Amino acid sequence: MFKRRNLLTAAGILFIYFVVYALQSMGMISKFQEINLMMLGINIILAVSLNLIVGFTGQLALGHAGFMAVGAYVAAVLTMKLHQPFALAIVCGALAAAVAGIIIGLPTLRLKGDYLAIATLGFGEIIKGMANNIEYIGGAAGLIGIPRLTNWTILYVMMVITIVVIVNFLNSTHGRACVAIRENEIAAETMGINTTYYKVMAFALGAFFAGVAGALYAHYFYLIQPTSFTFFRSFDVLVMVVFGGLGSITGSIIAAAAITLVNAALQDLAVLRMVIYAVLLIVIMVFRPQGLMGNKELSLGNRIAKRGAAGGSA
Amino acid sequence: MAAFLQQIINGLSLGSIYALIALGYTMVYGIIQLINFAHGDILMVGAYVGFLAVVYLKLNIWWAFFLAVASCSLLGVIIERIAYRPLRNAPRLAALITAIGVSLLLENGGLMVLGTDIRSYPAGTINNVQLPITLMGIPITVTTLQIIILAVTIAIMLFLQYIVRYTWAGKAMRAVSYDSDAARLMGINVDNTISVTFALGSAFAAVAGILLGLYYNTIQPLMGIMPGLKAFVAAVIGGIGLIPGAMVGGFALGIFETMVSGYWSSKMRDPIVFLLLILILLIKPAGLLGKSNTEKV
Repeated sequence: MFKRRNLLTAAGILFIYFVVYALQSMGMISKFQEINLMMLGINIILAVSLNLIVGFTGQLALGHAGFMAVGAYVAAVLTMKLHQPFALAIVCGALAAAVAGIIIGLPTLRLKGDYLAIATLGFGEIIKGMANNIEYIGGAAGLIGIPRLTNWTILYVMMVITIVVIVNFLNSTHGRACVAIRENEIAAETMGINTTYYKVMAFALGAFFAGVAGALYAHYFYLIQPTSFTFFRSFDVLVMVVFGGLGSITGSIIAAAAITLVNAALQDLAVLRMVIYAVLLIVIMVFRPQGLMGNKELSLGNRIAKRGAAGGSA
Repeated sequence: MAAFLQQIINGLSLGSIYALIALGYTMVYGIIQLINFAHGDILMVGAYVGFLAVVYLKLNIWWAFFLAVASCSLLGVIIERIAYRPLRNAPRLAALITAIGVSLLLENGGLMVLGTDIRSYPAGTINNVQLPITLMGIPITVTTLQIIILAVTIAIMLFLQYIVRYTWAGKAMRAVSYDSDAARLMGINVDNTISVTFALGSAFAAVAGILLGLYYNTIQPLMGIMPGLKAFVAAVIGGIGLIPGAMVGGFALGIFETMVSGYWSSKMRDPIVFLLLILILLIKPAGLLGKSNTEKV
């Protein structure tokens, strides 16, 4: 646990946190930058959690926005209407999303490939439709006036927890089983892996963190509406995952950052922004279909540790 | 009872439009296993070409159909050539993302060029009158537009069945969808066959676009999204890759949707449609007409 590599990674994580924290307290971060910073963190959580499902377990799911919506609505109702603390709201939102993941996962994960994709897409639409029809949570108008409780510290902590949990999950027996399912489901089953169990587990874990992202989202933007969680948001996250490289956590992080930044940079261009975004998407996919990182990982701690070790022995 | 029959009639006309769109999905999916998310947006382009032809070129609606079909076929082939062909051997997810990219491009390109205005075909584009009909002693109304929609759809279905069964191009399409490598070995030009498939599918989308524009009396750049998704659902319900499946799925979905909005609430329409999809997939994962085959190691 206290390997040099892990310590260096931890130091790096803390360093990034304090740099941004310092900049924020000195007032060096404008409103616009802050919004994008928050979106960046939320997108990283979403992308990393979807990568667990799509990239590592090989289940093409298009309903991530649905899980995000569950987390957002449950958390918002808890803080806004029932006046519970934010931490409890995040946990409950995430748990609700995980339960939704299990409910949806158990039956639909028998489906494969595109059928699963379309079933999960349908599920996302059902969640949206339900939010549209329940007056208690605002119906089509949505919930307005959610307290702004998400700040840099909470966001960053949640982001780090997400990444650490998912990376550790992937390096455990369970994660290996998930990768085996991705590589060949039938062969994995023959080797004695309970494929349904692991697929549902990955699905639930992915949904859990999508719920966290939803709760953070709701408590930063005051307002959530059913239309905040259309399948375009699911697509957006899928784009980050594929762009970063299926099966690369660092790839997802880099891609989430890159796409958030591109979106921010093109903000003023209105509709043209989406046109450019679409063209970029096509060009990137045509020229690099395996994504930025493929299935490789980039490790900050590892690099420095290696360099340190080389320097030490010289 | 009268209301029920009326719903069936309305459902049939909506369903036949879905069936037309679903045909395009099914053909493309059958041949390259790609969910062509841009299909709904090709429909939108078709609707606009038709609109422009009627309003600015003062053409009659049949010429508008012709123009829309021609330009959308071309568009379909171009999209395949530029965006999908380079990814033929890439991971399937990359192709899927590209399809989403093309869809976003058409939607937002449309918004940029055409603006967000909701337009409608000028009155009298098609001679639409209500015909009172008595069916088994029950009076119902059918509009000429509904009859035209149904007739056009059935004609196109028969035409497509003819092409796929009896023409050389149809044989090539079936061969490529069965096993493209083997087809190539037998001297079939796979690339051309795929282009023909895209041209045909996009042509049907164009027809569906104009019909949809006339049916709802509105066109706007984002009009293709929901019908596109629903038609895909229809294709999956019927059994994707099967032409009769697209038809059965389209009609089933259209009637079901009209029933839900007629007897319950139009707000529940979309969620219920997707719930139906999930239920059908769970009971018959390959769709109503599809056969599932177990994969071996």
